[in-house]
Amino acid sequence: MQLSKKKVAGLLSAATCSLLGSAAQADENPWDVDSAILYYSETDRVMAIEPVISATKDLGDDASVSMKLVLDSLTGASASGAVPSTMVQTFTTPSGNSSYQVNPNETPLDDTFLDTRLSYSMNWETPIDRNNRRNLGFNVSKEYDFFSLSGNALWDHDSNQKNTTYSYGINVELDAIDPVGGAPRPLTAMLAQDKTSGTESRDIVDLLFGVTQVINRSSLFQVNLSLSEASGYMTDPYKFVSVVDVTGEPTSQLFESRPDSRSRQSLFGKYKKMFSNKDIFTISYRYMTDDWGIDSNTFDFSYRFNMKEGYFIEPHLRLYDQSAADFYRYFLTDSEPLPQYASADYRLGEMEATTVGVKFGREIAEQHVWSARLEQYVQNGDGSPDVAFGQLTQQDLYPDVDALILQFNYSFKW
Amino acid sequence: MKAGYYWLVICTLLAASGCSSLGVKPWERNLLAREDMLMDAAALDLAFDEHIYFSKEASSGGQGFAGGGCGCN
Repeated sequence: MQLSKKKVAGLLSAATCSLLGSAAQADENPWDVDSAILYYSETDRVMAIEPVISATKDLGDDASVSMKLVLDSLTGASASGAVPSTMVQTFTTPSGNSSYQVNPNETPLDDTFLDTRLSYSMNWETPIDRNNRRNLGFNVSKEYDFFSLSGNALWDHDSNQKNTTYSYGINVELDAIDPVGGAPRPLTAMLAQDKTSGTESRDIVDLLFGVTQVINRSSLFQVNLSLSEASGYMTDPYKFVSVVDVTGEPTSQLFESRPDSRSRQSLFGKYKKMFSNKDIFTISYRYMTDDWGIDSNTFDFSYRFNMKEGYFIEPHLRLYDQSAADFYRYFLTDSEPLPQYASADYRLGEMEATTVGVKFGREIAEQHVWSARLEQYVQNGDGSPDVAFGQLTQQDLYPDVDALILQFNYSFKW
Repeated sequence: MKAGYYWLVICTLLAASGCSSLGVKPWERNLLAREDMLMDAAALDLAFDEHIYFSKEASSGGQGFAGGGCGCN
């Protein structure tokens, strides 16, 4: 079941009215409205369309309020974690009511993947005194099998003639997960459909400490330290781990199992520089590490050519790599005892990813700007790992993800 | 990759120490005040990226709060 079209249309109109309604009483502080639509498409897999509208109003005296509404519609197939076989494989759908088949030598994909997500957030920024500001926010989002509620508070403190800003923040998120067909008991067989009914939950607390420093008239940098503690249901209820025999053929599919807590730390740095011709160079780097054994590095570069005619062109490159989670397994063998945790979710495996793109934009009237962004995202892992044997050596155990990202933005005062 | 990490640690220490020798006078902020020089310029792009990469990779966040949960990972 998805959110019905009527329901979504009703929610959208209600939220849009609440976003923009008070602007009908025109005053000197109009709403800054940013709207965008994202099209995301993976080759032979997931496709998503995501419209967003965001509006910010200056309340005067450095206070502002902003609201954002996101609708996210996903369809297509997603890798289930099971390994390919030389024979036809049959899988039970999450509801347990039907099945689907995967052809020999093809990556098992669950093509029943379909979801709609609606998310609404609101932020309120107010000055405390000349050098201190607070920002309070909340977010609610709903999918068919998932509900999330979060609240955050951020305190910015300026010093050194506002050249140095210290930021301290906390975010608390409460998630409720209600998997289709119930939550499978970890590492039980797909065929057994041994599932618990009821709602699973997860709590996440994020802490942020950041420093933004102006270097000179045309450059500045930012460094953030983030700590995140998550506890509760962290397993993906729709992912499998295959158990294979001595020939490498899968003999059963087990539901995956993940730890019920995760601690993450990340260090993020960003530098921006404007050149004399008004072009802007931006570089950022993030190092993340967690207690699941995952370390990652993310580099991001962009160069914005600000043309005299009001156009801009901005090429973008993102490089990402991560190590595998300690419990990531391409497959399990039927001769070994079951581990406590195991997941074949490709997102927890060792991988590299590259995004290459360009954004183009133009101011068509005063404070009316449109832009378009086109990017390609490619993710690669080791599809022929040393642990493969038998028929598995003939299979691609980590197929690439190749996605196209297309986005249109329109910003205006209202 | 480790070099980038150490570089960041050094920057953090410098920033935490106040960087009092860096900065500009209030009347020298004309370039820094431009929208395209804000650290969170193109906020919707950042939010889209955060959502995409959160659903495809094992890392997320770092730049701020992600702004809402997602059952995609």
